[in-house]
Amino acid sequence: MNASVRSVLPVKIAPPTGSLPSREMPSAASMRMTVSKVNFFYGAKQTLFDISLGVAASKVTALIGPSGCGKSTLLRTFNRMDETVRHTRLEGDILLDGHDIHEQDVTQLRRRIGMVFQRPNPFPKSIFDNVAYGLRINGSKLALSDAVEKSLRHAALWDEVKDHLHKSAYELSGGQQQRLCIARALAVEPEVLLLDEPCSALDPISTAKIEELLVQLKDLCTIVIVTHNMQQAARVSDFTAFLLTGQLIEFSPTPYLFTTPSDPRTEAYITGRFG
Amino acid sequence: MNRRLRWRKFVSNFMLSMTGVCAFVAVSVLFFILGSLVYHGGTSINWNFFTKLPSPVGETGGGMANAIVGSAKLLLLATLFGVPIGFLGAVYLAEFSGSKVAFVVRYAADLLNGAPSIVIGIFAFSIAVHPFKHFSTLAGGFALGVMMVPITLRSTEQFLLDVPRTLREGAMALGASKWKTIATVIVPAAYRGILTAILLAFARVAGETAPLIFTALGNSYWSHGWNEPTASLPVMIWNYSISAYEDWHRQAWAAGLVLLILILVINIMARAILSRGISVPR
Repeated sequence: MNASVRSVLPVKIAPPTGSLPSREMPSAASMRMTVSKVNFFYGAKQTLFDISLGVAASKVTALIGPSGCGKSTLLRTFNRMDETVRHTRLEGDILLDGHDIHEQDVTQLRRRIGMVFQRPNPFPKSIFDNVAYGLRINGSKLALSDAVEKSLRHAALWDEVKDHLHKSAYELSGGQQQRLCIARALAVEPEVLLLDEPCSALDPISTAKIEELLVQLKDLCTIVIVTHNMQQAARVSDFTAFLLTGQLIEFSPTPYLFTTPSDPRTEAYITGRFG
Repeated sequence: MNRRLRWRKFVSNFMLSMTGVCAFVAVSVLFFILGSLVYHGGTSINWNFFTKLPSPVGETGGGMANAIVGSAKLLLLATLFGVPIGFLGAVYLAEFSGSKVAFVVRYAADLLNGAPSIVIGIFAFSIAVHPFKHFSTLAGGFALGVMMVPITLRSTEQFLLDVPRTLREGAMALGASKWKTIATVIVPAAYRGILTAILLAFARVAGETAPLIFTALGNSYWSHGWNEPTASLPVMIWNYSISAYEDWHRQAWAAGLVLLILILVINIMARAILSRGISVPR
């Protein structure tokens, strides 16, 4: 292991047992999503270049890279949120369980691929109504209060809010609000959960809670997380993709990427030489 | 202290006193108006004012019951006409239109907002009175409604645009269609601002006189239905205050006070609405 890497990463990375960590990627069959040759344009400016990667089912995949590298843009193409911004254009294919996401109804797609944003964005409604929102607009026949409790439990928030479900969501702390947003996304039982720097507005304790949560949520759904925090990627993810100026530099199992990066630019980034 | 410093101190004090005096003048004009309205109106107002019809010329007493009911009918019509157009137009501008269309509509709304109310009156006359050959409550409500459109439209649009983009994204990411996002998240997040805007538009047209002279005209008796001319408080004030009778002047003051209190109550309601409920933090 590179000595400089070890010195800047005060992180428990799954220790390479015996030999080097496996650099083997999962087979194509175990992929929940497949991204192939994606190019993305804001007006005339291209921000993603020929990106191809797979998102393994029931695993956490992290997208890392310096500000402006396109990691959030890439994430937003997964549930077609990029289409909410005018003057953008996407080339290439993104498949969910083998089907092109651009051929599906966008509202249906977004029910299957949930998203949590950089800053907590609860609706100006009660805690209960926030979590029930997705179920209500989808005309779900499930018993609302059971579903809300289940989602809040999955988001590790139930014990903190169960006695005041009808209070405004804005009375919660930032970290609680973000877990509420996770609960809100989980309520519609998505197959994939996208998280766009979910901890960047939170304190370390709230961050730790959310990281712990993500590892547990793997059983429930496939997770893709964008983060500028390398330690976070190392702690929570199984696979890590490193992006730089809109290009995918390296995509490997997380322990491998952080200990024996194959590209010198990856090593420069994770050792803190830039970004 | 040298001369330069003294001069600076003098200028500073002079400007400070000037701004203070101007602020005082501005407020005192308002208080003078309020004071004289309360003084004259308060001494003239009585129960008959609210329950009796205007008395014939030469007799004292009587009231403005027909004008109070007339004003209520006119404002109801104006709200039914102006608010839906202004509100839905604002939803289109804030959520759907391109920036060019929005610019043109906004500009037109601002022009309409600035148009003298007498011009709106003539417009309503040519559309809603002239073709039917008679003045009517409907025409008056239409004229006031036209005035409510731009105020409702512009402020509603602003309140919708103020809803953070993150909330829209949150709803859309849960699979809400654009219409559902608007109906279940954006409008609820902005509704207090919108309601306030509507109330203020209502208060604004409640005191309008010129558009009604051409449309609802006014009379001294009960107006039946919606197709007849009707009395209204502002027109009543106008007619009574230019008359030669002391008793009518007295009643005009009373009507002025009633209008003022109505507008004051609406303003207080608007403030109360704005300050309660769950608001979106900035």
